[in-house]
Amino acid sequence: MTVANGGRLRGLALRLWTVPVVVAVWEAAARAAESVYFPPPSAILARLRELWFSGPPARLFLSDAALADFLPSLGRMFGGWALACLGGIALGVAIGRSKTLAGYVDPLIEFGRAIPPPTLIPLFVVLFKADARMQVATIVYGVVWPVLVNSVDGARYVDRLHIETARVFGLSRAERLTRVILPAAAPKIFAGLRLSLSLALILMVVAELAGSATSGIGYELLYTQQNFDLPGMWGTIALLGVLGFLLNSSFLVVERRTLSWHRRAGRTK
Amino acid sequence: MILSRVARGAAGVAVLLVAAEVAGRTGLLDTQIMPLASTVLAGAAGLAADSEFLHDVSATVEVWAEGLLLATLLAVPAGVLLGSLPRAETALRPVIEFLRPIPSVALIPLVALIAAADGTMKVTVIVYAACWPVLVNTMYGLHDVDPVAKDTMRVFGFGRLAVLLRVTLPSAAPFVLTGVRLAASVALVVAISAELLAGGEGGIGVYIVRAGSGYRIDLMLAATVWAGLIGLVVNALLVRAERGLFRWHAARAGVTQ
Amino acid sequence: MLDVVNLTHTYGSGPEAHRALGGIDLSVPEGQLVCVVGPSGCGKSTLLRSIAGLVRPTGGEVRVKGRPVTATPDDLAVVFQDYSRSLFPWMSVRDNVALPLRRRGLDRAARRTAAAEALAAVGLESAAAKYPWQLSGGMQQRVAIARALAYRPSLLLMDEPFGSVDAQTREDLEDLVLAVRGHHRMTIVLITHDIDESVYVGDRVVVLTRAPAVVAADLRVDLPGPRDQIGTRELPAFVHLRSEVSRLVRGRPEFSMTPSQIDKE
Repeated sequence: MTVANGGRLRGLALRLWTVPVVVAVWEAAARAAESVYFPPPSAILARLRELWFSGPPARLFLSDAALADFLPSLGRMFGGWALACLGGIALGVAIGRSKTLAGYVDPLIEFGRAIPPPTLIPLFVVLFKADARMQVATIVYGVVWPVLVNSVDGARYVDRLHIETARVFGLSRAERLTRVILPAAAPKIFAGLRLSLSLALILMVVAELAGSATSGIGYELLYTQQNFDLPGMWGTIALLGVLGFLLNSSFLVVERRTLSWHRRAGRTK
Repeated sequence: MILSRVARGAAGVAVLLVAAEVAGRTGLLDTQIMPLASTVLAGAAGLAADSEFLHDVSATVEVWAEGLLLATLLAVPAGVLLGSLPRAETALRPVIEFLRPIPSVALIPLVALIAAADGTMKVTVIVYAACWPVLVNTMYGLHDVDPVAKDTMRVFGFGRLAVLLRVTLPSAAPFVLTGVRLAASVALVVAISAELLAGGEGGIGVYIVRAGSGYRIDLMLAATVWAGLIGLVVNALLVRAERGLFRWHAARAGVTQ
Repeated sequence: MLDVVNLTHTYGSGPEAHRALGGIDLSVPEGQLVCVVGPSGCGKSTLLRSIAGLVRPTGGEVRVKGRPVTATPDDLAVVFQDYSRSLFPWMSVRDNVALPLRRRGLDRAARRTAAAEALAAVGLESAAAKYPWQLSGGMQQRVAIARALAYRPSLLLMDEPFGSVDAQTREDLEDLVLAVRGHHRMTIVLITHDIDESVYVGDRVVVLTRAPAVVAADLRVDLPGPRDQIGTRELPAFVHLRSEVSRLVRGRPEFSMTPSQIDKE
């Protein structure tokens, strides 16, 4: 156990040694340059801590401001993402299994996904008066396409023999859907879900920046900009990067668990 | 078969447009909020001859093309370098993995403060966003080169540079182009986001904001239609380029994230 | 048990139409094991898929137990050639075998017991918790056979069931089919391109012509049981029958037996 852990630690150190080096070079360069626009990482970290991580340990050091900013942002993001996922999978599987339906809606999908989602923000602002609904609408519209397109693809190309086996052994339509079509399409669907999760973060930020939000991470970014608080801005951007990294890695963990059969089945063939 | 597909697609579009039109005319949808489909389409047709709008479109296309070009010029050599030097790649991978998830649009307020000119700001942010798909796909393409082909060249006494030029780069090229195609749509999204957030002299995003402040929802939707069409055309051109140039290449899927 | 009456099937239409079946008549009494042999691409699989209700034939009729086939009949099971695509990789071996039993109205415990029994019958009781891709090709095909057995069909269709395994495994699986057939009273239609196999396994061999296929010959196999891979194949009667079937198909120059051309329509 300890040997394995030691080996893993050493492996981690070998892979990550550049991170402290890069940060150190950045620190030195920023101090030498003394530019207001490029604060050193130490100043950014200090400001980050002051802004959001000065709370009690029992709350994971999150300050009141952090709760007030993170919770609404993440709530809207996950809410929009979940809505888009449900809708995208349901619609995508239906389209993937029906050639007729696909024929009717294919051009609409192609056009819909070609519209850059931020283009619709001003419209949603007019329709929803810049409240949370506008932000959720932006996120849903933006992230539904990867889910939809991947679900269509996954459901369309289910192995014919899988379907025929299910028919021969008399599985009902519902069983065919839940036990054959959905699992077979799952690898594709998961790829779409992961892509859309990182898109959701981007659209959350755009929507908060554009929609004059009154709370949230994007609002904080605007606030620091208006107060010319550059360490705060850099800190917020870094925080968003960390958030994106965490979202992607945790999703990967879930994906690996759920699709372990797919990964390993692929390897043995 | 193909004819019936086209007919079905046209029918799908027609049904949607007619339904929207009927919903507006019967009062199911408030035309004050959601204008009639015919009004939007007429508006879109009108925009094609509107010199002000055309000026905005060309402004967007200009920053988009400039950003995409710069990103390609930066990311392809970087990807080739990292892809052929495994040590450099392992060393820099964590840095890349930390930089990549930063939402590029979050950089807009910061770059807007730092960059003096509006165009510089937009191009900078677009370059940042468009770099990653190109870089990642280039590196992926370099790893995908058939080792047998490389060994064959070495056996015949070719040096590393010759192997790079004759085997590695040609076989990585389809992946690079896939990366550029993905980057093109990302760049368009970022270009329009920058216009919406930071304004500027012109652009489709600027036009839409202007139309919105005048409550001209029909014009906002009409401009959106054009944004979608531009996205479609760009994507179709790049897909066609991929198919035309790399007919021999089967795996055109690439890495999306 | 099974009646095929003047069955015809044409794929596509117009100048590109392909006539696969040209009027097949076949009657299989209960309990018989019939092998169908024929040249590559002659429509063997089309015949099987019509019997299974997976293809709606353009003409003629298929009746199982006197009832015309429109959808897949209730107590019919199929073992496909391509086990890696017919087993579900996201389910354990046990779940693969137990899945179709839901239709039999069994509860969870009963389904597990039935699956375990079927796996024991094919000698795979220890692999129940594994996934199909963790097993060798021959073992995967055993799982597919166990799934069919657990379903307790009265009619079992096998489409080139041993076409994708090595020679040694093929012989083991042939004997497995003969053994389980002794235990479960089943009618079996087995499609193969291997003449030796058809004579060794079958009670009867039906030879099809090239497409559009019709029945070229219908031979009884009168070999003593139990059959044995070495002894049976040495019997003069076996050699004679095999030669007869060979001659029947070799009379047609298009009859080619290279494995790479095994029909996959």
